[in-house]
Amino acid sequence: MEFAELIKTPRVDGVVLHRPFLPTVEGTLCLTGHHLILSSRQDNTEELWLLHSNIDSIEKRFVGSLGSIIVKCKDLRVIQLDIPGMEECLNISSSIEALSTLDSVSLMYPFFYRPMFEVIEDGWNSFLPQDFYWWFYEWRLSEVNTDFSVCLSYPPLVAVPKDVDDDTLRKVSTFRHGGRFPVLSYYHKKNGMVMMRAGQPLTGTNGRRCKEDEKLINATLRPGKRGYIIDTRTVNVAQQAKARGGGFELEANYPQWRRIHKALERSNVLQDSLIKLVEACNDQNHSMDRWLSKLEASSWQSNVKEILTTACLAAQCIDREGASVLVHGTEGTDSTLQVTSLAQIILDPTCRTIRGFQGLVEREWLQAGHPFQQRCSQSAFSNTKPRVEAPVFLLFLDCVWQILRQFPCSFEFCESFLVLLFEHAYASQFGTFLGNSAADRSKLSLPEKTVSLWSWVNRPQELERLSNPLYEANSLVIWPSVAPQSLLLWEGVFLRWNRSSKCLDEAYEEMVHIIEYNKELQNKVNSLRRQLAELETEDPLLQES
Amino acid sequence: MEHIRLPKVENVRLLDRVSPRRSRVGTLYLTATHSIFVVNEAGVRNETWVLHSLVFSAEKQAATPSGCPLIIHCKNFQVLHFVIPRERECHDVHLSLQRLSQPESYEELYCFSYKPNVDEVERRQEWDFLDLKTDYSRMGLPNSLWKLSPVNRHYKVSDTYPADLFVPESATPPVIVGSSKFRSRGRFPALSYYSKENHAAICRSSQPLSGFSARCLEDEQMLEAILRSNPCSDFMYVVDTRPKLNAIANRAAGKGYENEDNYSNIKFQFIGIENIHVMRNSQQKMLEVCELRSPSMSDFLEGLESSGWLKHIKAVLDAGIFIAKAVAEEGVSVLVHCSDGWDRTAQVCSVASVLLDPYYRTIRGIMVLIEKDWISFGHKFSHRCNHLDGDPKEVSPVIDQFLECVWQLMEQFPCAFEFSERLLITIHSHIYSCQYGNFIGNNQRERIELGVRERTHSLWSHLWTNHADYINPLYRPDHSQTQGLLRPSTAPYSFKFWRGLYNRFDRGMHPRQSVEDYLRAIQEETQQLEEQLASHKQKITQLEQEQGWSVTWKAATCDKSPTVRALGNDLSLANTPQDYTDGFITNSPKAPDDSLILQPQDSSQTSEPSFSNGSDQESGIADLSCRSPLSEDSTRDPDSDEAAYSAA
Repeated sequence: MEFAELIKTPRVDGVVLHRPFLPTVEGTLCLTGHHLILSSRQDNTEELWLLHSNIDSIEKRFVGSLGSIIVKCKDLRVIQLDIPGMEECLNISSSIEALSTLDSVSLMYPFFYRPMFEVIEDGWNSFLPQDFYWWFYEWRLSEVNTDFSVCLSYPPLVAVPKDVDDDTLRKVSTFRHGGRFPVLSYYHKKNGMVMMRAGQPLTGTNGRRCKEDEKLINATLRPGKRGYIIDTRTVNVAQQAKARGGGFELEANYPQWRRIHKALERSNVLQDSLIKLVEACNDQNHSMDRWLSKLEASSWQSNVKEILTTACLAAQCIDREGASVLVHGTEGTDSTLQVTSLAQIILDPTCRTIRGFQGLVEREWLQAGHPFQQRCSQSAFSNTKPRVEAPVFLLFLDCVWQILRQFPCSFEFCESFLVLLFEHAYASQFGTFLGNSAADRSKLSLPEKTVSLWSWVNRPQELERLSNPLYEANSLVIWPSVAPQSLLLWEGVFLRWNRSSKCLDEAYEEMVHIIEYNKELQNKVNSLRRQLAELETEDPLLQES
Repeated sequence: MEHIRLPKVENVRLLDRVSPRRSRVGTLYLTATHSIFVVNEAGVRNETWVLHSLVFSAEKQAATPSGCPLIIHCKNFQVLHFVIPRERECHDVHLSLQRLSQPESYEELYCFSYKPNVDEVERRQEWDFLDLKTDYSRMGLPNSLWKLSPVNRHYKVSDTYPADLFVPESATPPVIVGSSKFRSRGRFPALSYYSKENHAAICRSSQPLSGFSARCLEDEQMLEAILRSNPCSDFMYVVDTRPKLNAIANRAAGKGYENEDNYSNIKFQFIGIENIHVMRNSQQKMLEVCELRSPSMSDFLEGLESSGWLKHIKAVLDAGIFIAKAVAEEGVSVLVHCSDGWDRTAQVCSVASVLLDPYYRTIRGIMVLIEKDWISFGHKFSHRCNHLDGDPKEVSPVIDQFLECVWQLMEQFPCAFEFSERLLITIHSHIYSCQYGNFIGNNQRERIELGVRERTHSLWSHLWTNHADYINPLYRPDHSQTQGLLRPSTAPYSFKFWRGLYNRFDRGMHPRQSVEDYLRAIQEETQQLEEQLASHKQKITQLEQEQGWSVTWKAATCDKSPTVRALGNDLSLANTPQDYTDGFITNSPKAPDDSLILQPQDSSQTSEPSFSNGSDQESGIADLSCRSPLSEDSTRDPDSDEAAYSAA
């Protein structure tokens, strides 16, 4: 298929772009296969380049022969294009609609994008499992899933207990949702406790058992130790899952383990929550009462609180109780990953570095089979009934931001990094977030055909932009507060386009300036001190000679 | 002392507000001025001091097998939940505290017995630190348009107004006196703020006694005079800060608002800020939400909404913005009033001043502003803050709302204020603490009768002495954000809940690392570096000049000694897990044993700070210090690890 077929009108002059808090721009609108471009005729005015894949939905309005297209983006930006001529406007809008909803992944921009920067390090090779898991004795990397035949959503290499052989893994996989047998997610060096994740056990209504599953899970505990199974569903939901062949671990069959149920919302509920929150944030005319009641009704902050609380609980079991933890919900690809990844942020200082965080996203989200393509196919302005899309990853980023706010000096990266990941998860020139699993990525030959986001991020200029000037490495476990008073609305994402951030940006610059000036002075003082020392030692020598 | 029925109770438990199972046992002492709770744990003495005048209420609950609960709510939003072993003792402590916290006469207030180590000369100088005349002359007054009027010298015209007032040059004493007779409590229109640049002014008064049709020629002349004092403008605003309905209701009582037909060239405007009773109830509701034990997000947001608190804050700020814009952008003078002109009027005038004038965003400026628009213009501090045992219906958090408006602005303009949140919180505490004389009484006349200047200390000079503690590190006088009129966003989502004040004592809720402290430490270090740099440069030039001379410089002790950046410290202060396990206990009723995880045994997550026993007994305000729980942990955890490793 040629993109040209979809572009009914490639170019319109005299288009006016309206954006909140920015002056309007008049110029020429061009449509290409992947971008909507508006460039003004004047010099020095920035151009708008918008990826079609970033467009969530559009609305048309007509006043006489002047048409307006309101473009609502997945990054929550809303812009308006005034297009002279009804036909042009209709053509443009139907072209945008077609181009922003392409079915085939291989037509996406990352397959066409050629980097304009020098790739110093290929991000596709930056985070290999063998580099991460090699040193956990008692654990081994299994190749049982090399051809994705055991579990479609797992990567080729997974870490499992040393004493459990691949045959056992194959058997266990038949007892777990989506074949997701328990694998190692995190190893707590401080006390050797581990966190594992899996899909739900397929006990069904008649209480099916699987000896190999029991063996595997027990093999992860040292004699006499206890473990906790954190089921991200309520007892009721877990009970109901039995009717559909799912279920949960009976304590009788896993005597060393205690089950804890938490109530994390499922994906379609989360999508609804996001839609309501963004709607509330964009409603400019409401009163305080209405804002607070809409904020509450969206349940977004409640979701943040519940996810964070569950992650803290997992971390607490591991660090404070010296117990290992197994986390699962139903599929083990959504709420499970929120919990396991956040718990690592709390426990492991490495995950709070820029590179460590990339590794975490790579391990716990991309390799762990979070279906990014499905979840991020639509954002808050979607008009269709949500099916597979859900802001699971955005909620994770929001939770990280909450911890960052509470420990502003403990993270090597700043808020921009989280915002960047949000943007790229939904629309990107990089291939990193394409596909739903490692199997997909391999089938699409992403490493060969697209550029990795990490290749872009791990360049000195970008690293500098994303780094937190307040960072001082801290090896402690950091326990966030989950009180409602402590959890804030993530303005940097949800109010980003609704208010001017000038004053807050200036404050940030001021902070950077204070720190940089201090460093500069330190360098000066040090060099003068050296100079002084040289002078002092020279003098007596001169005297003696 | 006669009010203390029981000076000492042993084995008292102080419960932790966040997780009640963590508690500390100690001894409770009652002194003439403070309740002191002393804990001795493993040889570490930990004291919690609570000033009696900060106690808002002491509530004794029904006795339980473990003792008799006594809950103390403080005016600085600290809540202390004691359990006293015997009901009899609890009863005595309760009665004593009730009496001690509600003095019947001014003489009993703490400021009259507070004697820091300061000699009389210095004490007198404290009161000279702020002089309102300096502020008026900073505004360029008196000038050809405005004059200082002696008409209220002896508080004869209005006994709640200050002695020194600025009025239009053309306002003669008969006009002023005539106008004052037509205004509630004689509070005639007087100048609050004057803009040198464009001559626009903010004046304030009480409501006119207009009833349904009454007029007063002098009052009309007075407004005319205000209008004429602004040569560039042909009209002025009269802003009634009350909801229209309230103002209309006042007409039946012979009060009311200005009729546009009777006054030449005024534009009349209602701005609906609710009355003191609505505000009192609203804050009470909000505080109940703050005190909920492990509330869900919905509990909190619903409670915050139904308290209406942020709505009221928005109303005050909206009113301030209206006036500031009239003055700065339109160059039009404004007369502001409410009913008596000492609550809403004070709020709105002072908020407008903060928006208008960068000076009021400095440490000295905010003190001057409070001194002017609140203290001197007769905000009834003693009634509103319940300094004495009085009419509970007179109590209202009007000044809290002003401080919060300033805080909301600081959140939107992080570089525009010289001071940090800490200054606002400290001022808030001392408005209620009665430790300093500034806020005692209801107006200037009362303070003179009480001899406040002669017998007490002034907060302003105390704050100024320590002003380094209150500096906002992001402030720069030459920053663009600092200049001119502030134009805040008033979209509802721009207003935040002020955790720093209302949940101030719940340490666990606050960020565990403070950017502000970090930057302040960096700046201190920078200052030292600048000095070192200068001295090194000097020495090098000297050395270079003294070639051939034998000079032995002792290496300067300039090893980089970074000021403790308070990070590690801060972190260890409160970095313990919270109670994350709520759902766990309830969801698994079959739990074999309750001892389980998740109740970290360290009892030391101090959510209420303890106050050190400083020499000046600065209770309730300064010096937060609590013990680090991390040391404990690091000894506890390895034990279990060891067992695990050896077993493996």
